[in-house]
Parts: sequence; structure tokens; C-alpha cells
Amino acid sequence: MNLDVILFALFAIGAVASAVFTITRRNPVAAAMSLIGHFFMLAGLYLTLHAQFVAVVQVLVYAGAIMVLVVFVIMLLNLGNEQQLTERISMRTTIGTLVAALFAMQVVTGLLARPTGVNTQHADAAMIGATAGIGNALFTTYIFPFEAVSILLLAALIGAVILAKRHLHEGI
Amino acid sequence: MNLSILITPVIQAAILVNVMLIGAAYMVLAERKVAAWIQNRIGPNRVGPWGLFQSFADVFKLYLKEDIVPAAADKTFHSMAPVISIAVAITAYAIIPWMDNVNIGGTTYTLSMAPNMDVALLVMLAMTSVGVYGIALAGWSSNNKYSLMGGLRSTAQMISYELSMGLSAVGVLMICGSLNLVDIIRYQTEHGWNVFYQPLAFVIFLVTALAETNRAPFDLPEAEPELVGGYHTEYASMKFGLLYLAEYANILASSAIMAVLFLGGWDLIPFVDEIALMGLAPDSLPAVLIGHAALAGKAALLVFVFIWIRWSLPRFRYDQLMNLGWKVLLPLSLANITITGIVLLLMK
Repeated sequence: MNLDVILFALFAIGAVASAVFTITRRNPVAAAMSLIGHFFMLAGLYLTLHAQFVAVVQVLVYAGAIMVLVVFVIMLLNLGNEQQLTERISMRTTIGTLVAALFAMQVVTGLLARPTGVNTQHADAAMIGATAGIGNALFTTYIFPFEAVSILLLAALIGAVILAKRHLHEGI
Repeated sequence: MNLSILITPVIQAAILVNVMLIGAAYMVLAERKVAAWIQNRIGPNRVGPWGLFQSFADVFKLYLKEDIVPAAADKTFHSMAPVISIAVAITAYAIIPWMDNVNIGGTTYTLSMAPNMDVALLVMLAMTSVGVYGIALAGWSSNNKYSLMGGLRSTAQMISYELSMGLSAVGVLMICGSLNLVDIIRYQTEHGWNVFYQPLAFVIFLVTALAETNRAPFDLPEAEPELVGGYHTEYASMKFGLLYLAEYANILASSAIMAVLFLGGWDLIPFVDEIALMGLAPDSLPAVLIGHAALAGKAALLVFVFIWIRWSLPRFRYDQLMNLGWKVLLPLSLANITITGIVLLLMK
């Protein structure tokens, strides 16, 4: 058994376990922390695929920025009384169960149809996953989608500022 | 499986972590000594010559104290918070290139854990931003309004300042063309230190590093007149010690990163290839030790600057802190990137 397999097993089990914790914890902070743990496990999985840049950006953006905001809001609102957040709407549970069942079917189909033990990793995987490789691809081949996404983000940013400022003007 | 690939990093890590933690413990002593010097006092001088063993006395005292956890606290997270803090602080040490590769009798040795990592600087930024969880959880789990306020303030402060910190480092990346810290050092050895080309970025990075490590004048998360002790109000014994140690470990890591990014890292004298002038091979033991001493000296100097600033400047008000972060430092760091880009394009 080589190191790759052991690391993959560790990170995969960790990822699944933390994902399960995320949706089973009643305490919102515990759920958020499990999600952060899950992001770290995903970053580890990316590392086993030689995708250093994606792995670090995963931690930097998701665990380091987005989840900080989530935890901040949970703490600011001090979401207590988590016991009251019981399943009042049975409709939600029904639809959720159906979607979960569909997803489970897809996973099982995927598992049955998997390629048998062939290492399909690209020969230059380490080069492609490096910062230079991703940067070159983003600014040459994928320049249009990249710029489109950045304009989308800019629009969202301006929208957020305007939404936040509207109340100020009404107040005055 | 070859066991040596597991054992060597473990030994390296054990040496590095212990040296760094003792270094952090001595920074506490340095802080007290410098504070005393600035305030015209003597400072700790009872334990050992010049009070040199004061740090060990402090740590023993912390170990012997009773560990009190408030009855209403969230026990799990209350214990987890100091562990997260110190673990994140120590992880950052893995990417700092403390020493060049040294060639002794044909075998190459190094003290750095991940010296040639392609994304080292991003790891550093990621660890800085993840470090906030330790403080935020410590504040929240204590179930104390002062602790919670400290944790919230710290979270808001770190979100606001890590943006400028990352953007100020972009200028350096544009000049050096690499995220690899060893490449950045080699570039500076050849072309002179980045602080001469990126003075604004250096100042922004220094200010944001002060804010990210919750140091004065940005120490609002633990402002004692308002918040008792801030996020560590409800901590006692070695759990408090770990939070305290993590703070100093972060300062040391920030100082080392600043020395690497802006002050030339292993380079002793800017614009002069002193290693070649002395007739030493770059991978010989004396040359590498000089480089290591240069980096450690610069980091120590920056640590002194951190302490100096703490005992010289008054604390910011909260609105001043937010204004400085969003209205001054962020536009300045964006302007720095634009100007660097234009200059690089013109020089091409």
C-alpha cells in the first residue's frame, strides 16, 4: 500500500465524516466548524492530485474568508434555541428525502460504472496544478470566461453596496 | 514503504517547533524588558542572570495553576480554541525558508520543512486567515459578553485587514514573478531588496501584520479598559498560556515573512554579493549559516519594532480602525499594484 492510497483514505474518510457532522449537528457553530473541517479535507484531497494552487485557494477562500463571515454572523446573531429549529414543515423533509434518494442512486450508478483501477492522472499533473500553469490557462485559453466571471462579481459587489446604502438614504 | 520519508520530517518539525516555541517564550521576556526600558523601569531581573529564566518560571506557573472552565461555557469549543490557535500558528512555520540547502560532504541538508513549495506565500495568507477561528471560538464558547465582543472585534478586524495584506504582497509577486519564497529570496539577492522597490507595500504589510496579530495599536480584541481581557477573559492555566503563546508565535511568523518578502531574507548586505566576495560557495556551511543569521536577525529586529510600536502608540478607536483598513490601506494597496504594473510594463 503506498502513501497516496493511505492519504486518500484518510482525507476521504475525514471529508465524509465532517460532511455528515455538518448536517447532523444542532448547534450552528459546531455545524460551521465541521464544514470548515470538510474544506480542509477537500484541500488535502486536491493535494493528493498535485493541485497545490487549488488546495491552498480552497483553504484561503472557503475556510479563511467565506466561513469566517458565516461564523461571524452566527456569533453576531447568537443563534441560540437551536432545539426549537425542529422540522416543522414536513414538506421540506419529503422533498429533501427525494432529492437525497436521487443523489444516492446517482452515486451508486457512478460507483458501479467506475473504471477499474487505472491511474488516469495526467503525466504533467504537477505542472498543470502549479500556479504558473493555472495562471497561463486563465489568461490565455479561458480569458473570456474569466473576465465574464469578474464582471459578474463586480456587478454583485455594486448591487450589495447599493442594497446596503438604500436604507441610509431613506433614513435621512 | 520507505520509513525515512516519514521520520525525517517528524524530526525536522520537532526541532523547528521547539526552537520556535522557546523563541516565542523569550519574546514575552523581550516584551517585558523593552517595555520596562521604554518606561524607564528595570523589568524582570530576579529569575536567573538579567531575568533570563523568567519565561520558564512563567510557563511553570501557568502549568501549576488550576484550569477553570466556566459552568455555562461550551466545553468542547472552549478547549478546542487554544489548540486551533497554536496549531495554525505553528503550521505557518513549515513554509518559512529558515535556511538554504547546505551541502556537507556531498549530502544536502535543510532546516525548512517545505522550502520549495510553489504556493508558499498563499499558505501563509491562508494560515493567517484561518487563525481567526481560534480567537472567535474562544470568545464565543466562553459565554461571556466581554469575550464575545473581543472575538467579534477580532473577526471583523482580521477580515478587513487580510485583504490589504494579500494585495500589498501582490506588488512583490509582480516584481519577483513567483509565489515561491526561496525564489523571492534569490531574486532579492541578485537585484536588491524589495523594500527599496516596494516601500509602500512594506508599510502596508507592516500595518496589516500588526492588525492581523492583534497587536497595539490594533489590540481592540483585548482592550483591557473596555473588555476586561477580551477573548481570553475566561481562560486560565495553560489554555491561557497557549492563546498567549499563539499570539507571539504569530508575531514571529509575520516578522520572518516580512524579512523574506521585503528585507532580502538570507541576504546580509543589499546590492552586494557578500558570499561571493568572501569566496564561499553558496551551499557551503558558513555561507548558509550567515544567511540564516541574517534572516533571524532581521526577524528579531522586526519583532523589536512590533514591541516598540506597542509601547509607543495609543490604541485606535473602532471606527478609526475600520476607516484606516477600508478607506486608506485598501485603496493604497490597489494603487500600488496599478503603479507597479505600469512601471513593469514601461521597463519591459
